[in-house]
Amino acid sequence: MATAPPLTPAVGAPLTRIEAREKVTGVARYAVEHPADDVAYAWIVQATIAKGTIRHLDAGAALGHDGVLAVIWHENAPRLAEVDDGELALLQSARVSYRGQVVAVVVAESLESAREGAAVVRVDYDAEPHDVQLRADHPGLYRPETVNGGFEPDSEQGDLEAALREAAVTVDETYLTPAFHNNPMEPHATLAVWEGGNLTLYDSNQGAPSARETVAKVFELAPERVRVIVTHVGGGFGSKGTPRPNIVLAALGARHVERPVKLAVTRHQMFAFTGYRTPTVQRLRLGADGDGRLTAIAHEAVSQSSTVREFAEQTAVASRVMYAAPNRRTTHRLARLDVPTPSWMRAPGECPGMFALESAMDELASASGLDPIELRVRNEPDADPENGLPFSSRNLVACLREGAERFGWSQRDPAPRSRREGRWLVGTGVAASTYPTYRSPAQASARAEPDGGYVVKIGATDIGTGARTALTQIAADALEAQVARVRVEIGDSALPRAGVAGGSMGTASWGTAVVRACQDLRDRLSSHGGDVPAEGLEGTGDTAEEIQAQEKLARHAFGAQFVEARVDADTGEVRVPRMVGIFAAGRIVNPRTARSQFIGGMTMGLSMALLEESVLDREFGDYLNHDLAQYHVAACADVGEIDVAWVEEEDHDINPMGSKGIGEIGIVGTAAAVANAVHHATGVRIRELPIHLDRLVG
Amino acid sequence: MASRSDAGDVGGSWPKHETEVALGVNGEEERLVVDTRTTLLDVLREELGLVGTKKGCDHGQCGACTVLIDGRRANSCLVLAVTLEGSEVVTIEGLAQDGLLHPLQEAFVERDAFQCGYCTPGQICSGIGVLEEARQGWPSAVTADLTAEQVPLDDDEIRERMSGNLCRCGAYVNIVTAIRDVAE
Amino acid sequence: MRPFAYERAGDAREAVAAAGGSGDGVMYLGGGTNLVDLMKLGVETPERLVDVSRLAHDRVEPTEGGGLRIGAAVRNADLAADPTVRERYPFLSQALLSGASGQLRNLATVGGNLLQRTRCAYFQDVSKPCNKRRPGSGCPAREGDHRNLAILGHSDACVATNPSDMAVPMAAIGGRVRVVGPSGERAIPLPGLHRLPGGEPQRDTVLEPGELITGVELDPLDFAQRSRYRKVRDRASFAFAVVSVAVAVDLDDGMVRDARVAFGALAHVPWRAARAEQALRGAPATPESFAVAADAELEQVRPLRDNAFKVPLARNLLVRTLAELCEVGA
Repeated sequence: MATAPPLTPAVGAPLTRIEAREKVTGVARYAVEHPADDVAYAWIVQATIAKGTIRHLDAGAALGHDGVLAVIWHENAPRLAEVDDGELALLQSARVSYRGQVVAVVVAESLESAREGAAVVRVDYDAEPHDVQLRADHPGLYRPETVNGGFEPDSEQGDLEAALREAAVTVDETYLTPAFHNNPMEPHATLAVWEGGNLTLYDSNQGAPSARETVAKVFELAPERVRVIVTHVGGGFGSKGTPRPNIVLAALGARHVERPVKLAVTRHQMFAFTGYRTPTVQRLRLGADGDGRLTAIAHEAVSQSSTVREFAEQTAVASRVMYAAPNRRTTHRLARLDVPTPSWMRAPGECPGMFALESAMDELASASGLDPIELRVRNEPDADPENGLPFSSRNLVACLREGAERFGWSQRDPAPRSRREGRWLVGTGVAASTYPTYRSPAQASARAEPDGGYVVKIGATDIGTGARTALTQIAADALEAQVARVRVEIGDSALPRAGVAGGSMGTASWGTAVVRACQDLRDRLSSHGGDVPAEGLEGTGDTAEEIQAQEKLARHAFGAQFVEARVDADTGEVRVPRMVGIFAAGRIVNPRTARSQFIGGMTMGLSMALLEESVLDREFGDYLNHDLAQYHVAACADVGEIDVAWVEEEDHDINPMGSKGIGEIGIVGTAAAVANAVHHATGVRIRELPIHLDRLVG
Repeated sequence: MASRSDAGDVGGSWPKHETEVALGVNGEEERLVVDTRTTLLDVLREELGLVGTKKGCDHGQCGACTVLIDGRRANSCLVLAVTLEGSEVVTIEGLAQDGLLHPLQEAFVERDAFQCGYCTPGQICSGIGVLEEARQGWPSAVTADLTAEQVPLDDDEIRERMSGNLCRCGAYVNIVTAIRDVAE
Repeated sequence: MRPFAYERAGDAREAVAAAGGSGDGVMYLGGGTNLVDLMKLGVETPERLVDVSRLAHDRVEPTEGGGLRIGAAVRNADLAADPTVRERYPFLSQALLSGASGQLRNLATVGGNLLQRTRCAYFQDVSKPCNKRRPGSGCPAREGDHRNLAILGHSDACVATNPSDMAVPMAAIGGRVRVVGPSGERAIPLPGLHRLPGGEPQRDTVLEPGELITGVELDPLDFAQRSRYRKVRDRASFAFAVVSVAVAVDLDDGMVRDARVAFGALAHVPWRAARAEQALRGAPATPESFAVAADAELEQVRPLRDNAFKVPLARNLLVRTLAELCEVGA
């Protein structure tokens, strides 16, 4: 190979997003925006009871409506194969397991006809009494075999009760978090096209390859007959991590009417069958000696799932990692209710769990007369507190210290309600963040073209994270090529298999496979004497064995968040003009997009703290506030300055890039930092989210 | 066991009504026959192939469908197409001229004012509306002096005026910066 | 959405004629920001829409006596930005600007704003009972979710609130709503357009079938230059009120000569606080007398299980707003 001029590494450079121009000009296509000829439109009909059976469904009025082509329900729907996710057994029985469940789908010539057709489908039910209210003393609570992520539900070390009895200072409080809905801006949607027994699905999801596998199973098709294309995704936050009813129903409808079918879930419907974060009841017990050293940590979490499918959130798992203490317990108990199935939402487990733990730590700091940062520093473990594994890297203390500096923490008077500016009570709060660092196996290919360009292929997905850009940078460095020479193709199940964009492991998992494919290509190029043959040359990577063989270590990212809260003394209105987040998340691949990710996570955390709550309608069994006027997500006016920075960290025990995942850690701890700041401002400790003004009005 | 039924009082079939309407879209005159129920948003996306205008809620609660109608920002999901006879609509596709991005589009790229990009066309159209409204001296809910003829677009003004456009990725901080860049 | 016939009226008489007297199945379409939303939900099912958004009632004109005449088709954004409104009735401008979003205010009309329907979640969900939507079907809000519903003037049949911001200062100012209907023109006093739910919660206003709002005339109110609309809501913007208050004060050497007070989001109507006004007249402009006035009004409250927080909230908000307007410490 000829000697090239030295390249500036692409990893670490603040590239603008590769698809930026497409997104700001409106040409980026999302799911149902792909063109199709002679397309028909599907609309979902939902159950209006929370439990029972459909006695009779009368499609007559719908079929009589102008433009309606078909009504499909359990009596005329084709049989689908069973898959792990019971939510995909669509239109297979008369049984209703929660209010809002899919009971029929209407296909019509236009959106208008489909909507009206769905409105006039008449369904008679035999309703049964429902049970939808999660309680810490629910008689049906049980211990699931594992919780999400494959964790043991319980852990126990030492003699917790004795340690709590003997502790100089204790905290014993219960924290409540409501259900939250992911609410990505793009509702779940699919365009389904059948061509000669082959099915193409333009879908909005977080992983085309896994969606293909599930759909192929449901329809009992060979996987190669199904192709899932996910060019752009309007956010997911976990709710698009598994295939949702829309992908199956669109395919089913398209086969029924023998035309391409578009099915876009409505915003209202998203509150029923596209997943949400379970409500939790969490009891935290902390015991400490006179110096603020923890002797006991107990985190006992209760959450819910549906009767359709078990989803057990790993709410207390973060408490296994955060702080040293010889006596410890975590438990998870689950109630199966007549509610929609909860699922992943940005940092499932860590997010609600750390609200409880980091609020309790703040309470312990107050009770011990210690600064909350100092309390955390004193309880920093040398190794994973439960399994003793060394940390691949752990820079929580550096985050706390640097954040304190940036935020101006040292000027803080620790006394609650000590600062007033006119009508505002002003307070500051801190909380820690953490998120585990995983990789899932992936395959990739890298191809050198004779014109000097490279094409890297991997079935990855960019749901707004910047993955397309990050992978391009990683590939450029691995190829020692200019970024402009590298084209990365993602978002298609026809590409080499890769895992979902979830668990903050996209870049780590896909990036490793890309690096290996590029290394393989370079090896092949070397054996060709550095020349690219006329037909090009391809290298491949597969990380399955590498990940299997990796050393056992505790791998986690850490962070610290600081919040200034202002509470109106008369009305209880809370405003957060300033937040600082410092993260130790390995090497930052793209500072521009990474900063956006951290800010985005913190913004969603702020929204969770102050605004969000899916209100259960106990009488009818559904989430009542099922739209964006009633379910408040933060608007522009809610968000003040957010200052984000990271500490230098490069962790090559994680992956060849030295990076850690950053998609979720930003939301972990935010709500506690806000609640701690509100406590500092007002003296009122809020243990139940959201922090609505009802709880603070004087 | 209790028995329940829905939609019991709506059983008939009403024929759909179609009407002709002529309107300008991004400078082109469009003559269309529309179902009276069809919104501008659905005409743009399903009839004209202008899918840059997004449907985030279909009820005026998220702003993703924001376009400019006769120069003013509006939620296209709540406007029936049939009402638009003679109106001029500009969508995200109509902002760049001769391949040159509108300054606000440039600023959104430079400031990384989006992630998933789904709210972005609405944010940009709304931002253009905000710049024009401020130029005309319109006050906002956070304007201290309602009688002032000039309203400088500081961060609080931008935040308030842009609050009709939700962004779930949490790009507000960068959106505010991008709009301020252009306002200056 | 049920199919409907569409017709654009050239003037108000034509619109009323098109509505065909009884008004059955016919609705007037203004900006559509509430009506089209409700049609998509199946809450409203007109068979015919008469588009009145382009009628000539699109001007804001000062009247000779110092009041203001506002056409029903004036867009909320234009009314908020109108120089006369900003100068003479600043709290009306503030109320408009605190409502909805910039892009909705560009569409929404004054007539439509007055007729917007409650945001009660049960009203908006056709799969559930609601006496307002389907008389006699019941009110699940009473025992269900009512955190943001009424504490004043509600009935067994309905605990809904009126969601308008604009109507709150209008109720404080007073004036007339001009309407034209099958039996001619008439003026409805303001406040007085909206009604309490009683046994007929399906009726939000005193409008008769087929009647069309053509405009609003606001009385002159010199001291409204010292006025303020203060809206408390869960989200910092783009949210309906939890409690709002419109206050104007006529201050004379430390004494309140006159005052106008109306609350939003507490009742089925924009709530003109006559008792508070009575208590304020002639009282010293002090936090103590403001508190007495607030208590005088809020004596009548009947909070529900989960909305009692609105009582101290409304009280504090009124006291604080008065204190700010009178520039005295509270």
